[in-house]
Amino acid sequence: MTLLAGKVDEAQRRSAFRRWRANPSALLGTVIVGVIALTALVSLVWTPYGPLAIDTNHTLSAMSASHWLGTDEYGRDTLSRLMASCKITMYVGGLSVLFATAIGLPLGIWSAWNKGWVSQLILRAADVLYGFPALLAASLFAAAFGASTNTVVLAIGIAYIPVFVRVTRSAALVILNAEYVLAALAYGRRPFAIVRKHVLPGIGSIIVAQMSLLFSIAVLAESGLDYLGLGTAPPNSSWGTMLQSAQNYLSSDALLCLWPSLAIVLCVLGFSLLSEGVSELRDERGGR
Amino acid sequence: MSKGRGWFVVRRLGVVLSSLVAASMLVFVFLNVLPGSPAEVILGTQSTPASVAALTIQLGLNKPIWRQYLDWMGGLVNGNFGVSYISGQSIGHEIHQALLVTGPLVLLAMLIGLVIGVPLGLTGALYKGRWLGSVVGGLSQIGIAIPSVVAGILLTVGLSIKLHLFPSSGFPGWQDPWGSLRALVLPAFALGVVEGAILARYIRAAVMEQLRSDYLRTARSKGLRRSQALRRHGLRVAAIPVVTVLGLEIASLIVGAIVVENIFALPGVGMMLLNAVNNRDLIVVQDIAMVVVTAVLLINTLVDLSYQWLDPRLRGRR
Amino acid sequence: MALLKLQSLSVAHGDLDLVSDVSFDVHAGERVGIIGESGSGKSLTALAIAGLLGEELRSRGSVHFDGEELIGASERHLSRLRGDRIAMIFQEPMTALTPTKRVGVQIGETLRIHRGVGRRASQIAAVELLGRVEFSDPQRYARMYPHELSGGQRQRVMIALAIAGDPDLILADEPTTALDVTVQRKILELLDRLVREENCALVLIAHDLAVVSTICDRVVTMYGGRVVETGSVADIIDHPRHPYTAALLATSSAIAVDVESRGTVLPSIPGSVPSAGHFPGGCPFRDRCSSATSACLEFPLMESGSHRVACWHPLDENSERGSR
Repeated sequence: MTLLAGKVDEAQRRSAFRRWRANPSALLGTVIVGVIALTALVSLVWTPYGPLAIDTNHTLSAMSASHWLGTDEYGRDTLSRLMASCKITMYVGGLSVLFATAIGLPLGIWSAWNKGWVSQLILRAADVLYGFPALLAASLFAAAFGASTNTVVLAIGIAYIPVFVRVTRSAALVILNAEYVLAALAYGRRPFAIVRKHVLPGIGSIIVAQMSLLFSIAVLAESGLDYLGLGTAPPNSSWGTMLQSAQNYLSSDALLCLWPSLAIVLCVLGFSLLSEGVSELRDERGGR
Repeated sequence: MSKGRGWFVVRRLGVVLSSLVAASMLVFVFLNVLPGSPAEVILGTQSTPASVAALTIQLGLNKPIWRQYLDWMGGLVNGNFGVSYISGQSIGHEIHQALLVTGPLVLLAMLIGLVIGVPLGLTGALYKGRWLGSVVGGLSQIGIAIPSVVAGILLTVGLSIKLHLFPSSGFPGWQDPWGSLRALVLPAFALGVVEGAILARYIRAAVMEQLRSDYLRTARSKGLRRSQALRRHGLRVAAIPVVTVLGLEIASLIVGAIVVENIFALPGVGMMLLNAVNNRDLIVVQDIAMVVVTAVLLINTLVDLSYQWLDPRLRGRR
Repeated sequence: MALLKLQSLSVAHGDLDLVSDVSFDVHAGERVGIIGESGSGKSLTALAIAGLLGEELRSRGSVHFDGEELIGASERHLSRLRGDRIAMIFQEPMTALTPTKRVGVQIGETLRIHRGVGRRASQIAAVELLGRVEFSDPQRYARMYPHELSGGQRQRVMIALAIAGDPDLILADEPTTALDVTVQRKILELLDRLVREENCALVLIAHDLAVVSTICDRVVTMYGGRVVETGSVADIIDHPRHPYTAALLATSSAIAVDVESRGTVLPSIPGSVPSAGHFPGGCPFRDRCSSATSACLEFPLMESGSHRVACWHPLDENSERGSR
C-alpha cells in the first residue's frame, strides 16, 4: 500500500496569494480593514474640516456639498469626526490586542510546555481574570483613575489575556504532541529552538485569526464603553461618543446616529471576516 | 460512577470559590490603593481635616487594609453589602431591586437569542450551499457585527419613535407587570438579536460538522433519514460547542445589559454601576463587581459540568 | 436474476467524474470483492449503491436492487431499504459509532426502526447480537459507550449492527483497514462466518487482494473510477489479465511472499496514484503502465464473458503472474 501511495495535493501548489484572493471572506475583510486603516492614516494629516472645529452657524445641518454627511449639534463636520474616530478605534483595538497577545502568548506557550505548578497557577489566574469582562474591568479602571482612552486599552487588553492564554495553550499542545516535535525533543533540541522553529510557525495562523477576531470584539467593546462615558472623553471624537451625543437628537436627526453606527458595524464586520478568512485558508491548507 | 461525578462537582465548586476569593482581593486592592481617601471624595469641596478624620473613623477606613477587606468579605458572605458612601442607602437592598430588572432582562434576551439563533443555525447548516443557507449565513455575519448600542438605538428609532410600539426609556416597576414587560422588550431585543446571530453561527458550524460525521452516516445506513439521524445522533454532540458559546453568551449578556440599561434608562445593575463609577462610590462598585464576577464564574462552571452530562467520553476524567 | 445490478454507474463532483461507467452484478448470497488503491472510486461506488453519498456528489446510471431502481429514489424510500435489506460496515471503527449512545442502544436501533420493536425487546436482541459477534459478556458490553471499546471491538459492534436487520446485502467498506494485523484476521473470519450463516450477499471493499481472496467468490478491480477487470477469484489470482491487477497482486502482502520465494524481486507499481478526478483520459492507468501505447488514449471496451478485462494489451491468459 505504501508503495502505491503518494497523493499530490493540488492546493499546495497554488500560491498563497491566489488562495487569499479566491477566499471571499479574506478578500472582503482585507479590503474593509484596509480602507479603515487608510482612513485612520489620512485623518492624521487631513480631514475635510477640523474634527473639533465648532461652527455655530451650521449646527445639525443636513447632508450637503460642503458637509457631505451633515454636521452635529455644535456644527462639527460629521465626516471629519468619523474619520478622526477611525484613528481612536485603530489605536484602542490595536494596542489592546497587542497587549493581550504580548502577555497571553508567552504564558500560553509556557503553560502548554510546562506541566508544573507554575503553569497551573497561570491557568488558575487566567480563570480568575476570565471573571472580569472588558466592561467590568473598564468600570473598575474608571472608578479608580477616571475614564480615558488608555484605561479602555488596558481594560480590554487585560480582559483578553485569559482568552489568549487558552487559545495559545490548546494550539501549542497539539503541536508539542506532534511526532516530529517529540522527535526533535528526543534528538535533544533546546526548548527555545523548538518553540521558535515548530510551535510559533504552527500556531501562527490561529493566533492571527484570534487577534483579528478580538480586534473586532474590541471595537464593539470600545464603542460601548465610549458610549457609556467610560472611555474616550468628549470633545475628542470616537464612534461611541458620537452615538452618545447623537442619541439626544434621535427623533429629529436620526441620520446623525446612523453614520457612527454604520462605521462600527463595518469595522467589526471587516475584522471578523478577516479572522474567518484566515481560519478558512488554514483549514484549506490542512494545517495543524 | 455517581460518586465520582459528585466528587468532581465538589472539586469544581472548590475551584470556583478560590477563584472568587482571588477575584475579591483583586477588586478590593485595586480600588483601595487609590490616592486620596474616600472620605475626601464624599465630602468634596466642603471637607475640613476634622470632618474627613471623623468620617474616616465612621466608615472604618482607619482600620488596617486587611481588616477592611475581611469586614467587607464577611459582610458579603452574610448578605450584608454595606452602606453607600453617597446615598447612605443599604446597598444590598438596591442591588436586589436592580437585579429584579437586570435578571429578567438577561433571561428575556437569552430567550430571544435562542428563538432567533436555533432555527437560523439549523437552517444555515441544512441548506448549506443553497441560496437559503447563504442568506442565513450572511444575515448572521452582519448580525454579529452590530453592537447592542447600535441595535438599541436603531430599535428605538424604528419601534418607539417612529411607530410608538414600545416605550423608549424608563421602567414602571413590577407592580405594573405588563408595563414592565413592555419596557423590557426593546432592550432585550437589542441584546438578543446579536446573541442570536452569534449563536446561529456556532450552531450552524456544529451541525455541519455533525452532518459530515461518520456516525451520522452509520445512523443513516441503519435506515434513519437525514433529519432523523441528525436529531437522534447528532444534536447531543453538536450541543457541546453550543453550550460553551451559550455560557459565554450569558456572560456577555450580563455585560451587555450594563450598556443597554443605560440606553433605555432601566434602573438595573448596569445603571447602578455606572452611577457608582461616576460618583466614585467605591463600595458600590466593589459590590457590583463581585456580583458580576460571581455570576460569570458560576455560569462558566455550570458549562463545564454540563459537558460531563452531554459527552460520556468526558465522564470520570480529571 | 441478479440481486444487485450496476449499469454504467457514475459519481460526479460537479463536472468531474470520480466514478465512471461502473457495471457489475451481485447475485443473492454471492460474495464480491472490489479492490483498488485509494482514490480508485471503490468506496464511492458502495456509498452510491446505498444512496449515502455526500451532498456535493451526484450519481447517475443505474443501480437495480431486487428489481427496483435506486438511483433517483427518494430518501424516504432508500431509508426503508437501508438497515433492513442493505446494510453497511464502515472503515473507521473509531468514528463510525455515535459517541453519546451506548452500543446496545445503537445496535437495537435498527430493529426499532424497521421492526417496530420496543426498547426492551431491542435491548435483548442487541445483547444476543453482541454474543453472535463473539463478545464474552454481551450484557456488560451492551451498556458501554464506544470510547470504552478497542478498535476491533468496535468493528465487531459495527458488524452486529449490520446483521441486526437480517439484510440481503452487506456493503463492507474496508472493514479491517484501520485495525491491527492480528485483529484483521479475526474480524474477517467473523464476517465470513456470519455472512455464510445469514446467507446474505456481500460486497467487500479492500485495497489488498489477500483480504478479498480469502472470503470472496468474485473480484472486481477498479482503477481511476473505472472497472478494469472482473473475474472469479481463481481467474484473477492465477491469471490476472490487466497490468494493474497483476501489479496489485504482486504487491499484495500475503501473495507477495510466494512470489519472493520464487526468487522474483518484490515489484512496485511505478508512479503514484493521481488525486481523484485527475487521472489521464482514456485508460486511466496508461501513465503508469509499461505496455501502454497510443491505443490506450481511448478507454478500451470491456469484453464479455466471466473473466473480463478492459485493456488494449491484456496479459496473456496463460502466462504465470508476475512474469510481466
